[in-house]
Amino acid sequence: MPLIINGSPAPVPHDPRVSLLDLLRESLHLPGTKKGCDQGACGACTVLVDGERILSCLALAVQYEGREITTVEGLAGENGLHPMQEAFIVHDGFQCGYCTPGQICSAIGMAAEVRRGVPSHVSADLTADVALTREELQERMSGNLCRCGAHNGIIDAIRDVLETRETAV
Amino acid sequence: MNPFSYVRAVDSADALRQRAGHAAAYLGGGTNLVDLMRETVARPEKLVDVTGLSSAITQSDDGGLLIGAAARNTALAEHRVVRTRYPMLARAILAGASGQIRNMATVGGNLLQRTRCAYFYDTDGSHCNKRRPASGCDALEGFNRNHAILGASPACVATHPSDMCVALAALDATVHVEGKGGARTLPFIDLHRLPGDHPDIDTTLEQGELITAIALPPLTFASRSNYRKVRDRSSYAFALISVAAALKIEGGHISDARIALGGVAHKPWRAFKAEAALQGHEATEPVFRAAAMAELADAQSLSRNGFKIELATRTLIATLADLAGGAS
Ligand SMILES: Cc1cc2nc3c(=O)[nH]c(=O)nc-3n(C[C@H](O)[C@H](O)[C@H](O)COP(=O)(O)OP(=O)(O)OC[C@H]3O[C@@H](n4cnc5c(N)ncnc54)[C@H](O)[C@@H]3O)c2cc1C
Ligand code: SF4
Ligand code: FES
Ligand code: FES
Repeated sequence: MPLIINGSPAPVPHDPRVSLLDLLRESLHLPGTKKGCDQGACGACTVLVDGERILSCLALAVQYEGREITTVEGLAGENGLHPMQEAFIVHDGFQCGYCTPGQICSAIGMAAEVRRGVPSHVSADLTADVALTREELQERMSGNLCRCGAHNGIIDAIRDVLETRETAV
Repeated sequence: MNPFSYVRAVDSADALRQRAGHAAAYLGGGTNLVDLMRETVARPEKLVDVTGLSSAITQSDDGGLLIGAAARNTALAEHRVVRTRYPMLARAILAGASGQIRNMATVGGNLLQRTRCAYFYDTDGSHCNKRRPASGCDALEGFNRNHAILGASPACVATHPSDMCVALAALDATVHVEGKGGARTLPFIDLHRLPGDHPDIDTTLEQGELITAIALPPLTFASRSNYRKVRDRSSYAFALISVAAALKIEGGHISDARIALGGVAHKPWRAFKAEAALQGHEATEPVFRAAAMAELADAQSLSRNGFKIELATRTLIATLADLAGGAS
């Protein structure tokens, strides 16, 4: 069974050492997903697997046979950019852009967690609906570092999408 | 990374069979093992993927909870029973790593993650008894700010990095394992070991034994429990000190308590002395202080981590005071 990457099948690599990140960038020529640290510490390599955010640098590609992978290249639809991509532009959610694909994929996965009611470290009540405060969003996005310090715009963009815009994916 | 082969186990018997007779390792989410393989600290020749084994989280007949070892950390933290009846466990998991890592990490892998001691990771010339037995311990006189204050040995002063495990130690969890000799269970607090002369051995598991599940007892008073983690930044960092605690308070007096500390030792540290010091006493600050002092009486600091003894004392007192104040 192949992996399904942005809707297209891709064969499982022969060498099980290949990470999902290297498969995307080196073999499939999808350089949108970035390699920051290659050790789980920065979030630049975040992709969605069946709608859940994961780190592709710590993922062995063989483990994801048959799964649906979405990278930043697969977010835009027929009607243009994904609402999260648009919001990042509107709110200046980036400067150099290196962390941005990971931030956007992470934010989309995070939005699904919020809708499911997953609590966070800063949730005062573990069973209540998630309050979309800055503190909540900052905590939930702490796995994505931004060396340019675009965090304020990033949080504004995510908040805008969660509160007002429609979310796909 | 050295070359290796990869197989996916369909059940526990298959996992044991695939693992037998090989320099193999089980693979969960890979968030620790893949990193260690890339750094050549771990060099398995075969990976047996156990993420397809049971990930079910079910209530057991005794009113407790049975958690399949392949359950993801996020799935456990968001489970309704965990949130309401074992809040310290949900909070411990949510205090660890990042959203992405918690989505990948399995319960089995979280238990067996290895220390974050920098010398353990540094294969280019650091001495580390845990990585290479009898090679020495560079942390003893080196960067040991985050190292152990309880139960360490001259051979190794590393700490166990897991947050989730601190809650499991406090909650009287049981570990279900399967190996060559069949299935057995062991108390969670006996899973990890102190370093002694063999810091290369983290746990009491036999070679090749597979963790299949974790069982939580009903422990009804754990609905009043919490996990408090102190670290260098407010998120996405390992604990300097952490405390998992549950208190049963009746008529102003403590009738039962469960406490464990993280960031202090080679294993999640069950605080039996503190628990005993609380038993039957009033839920007041002086009593909490006495309990914390009792637990940390034997604490020993290294060249750079002296602050941890006071930090552990204060964090324990604050956590107990919060619980007594009614915060859940
Ligand atoms: C940047 C970063 C930050 C982190 N921060 C934190 C933190 O703040 N707090 C925290 O607690 N953790 C933290 N972690 C660690 C993380 O929680 C662990 O890496 C994770 O829980 C390991 O689970 P896994 O399924 O990915 O294990 P794997 O990496 O797949 O495996 C880990 C070990 O467990 C063994 N194993 C796996 N499953 C079984 C089984 N069923 N039976 C027997 N052996 C098994 C493997 O052979 C391996 O030795 C962090 C990790 C990273 C990369
Ligand atoms: S503290 Fe333990 S893990 Fe760290 S260098 Fe010493 S022996 Fe190795
Ligand atoms: S490249 Fe994956 S977390 Fe940094
Ligand atoms: S925009 Fe430059 S790292 Fe985030």
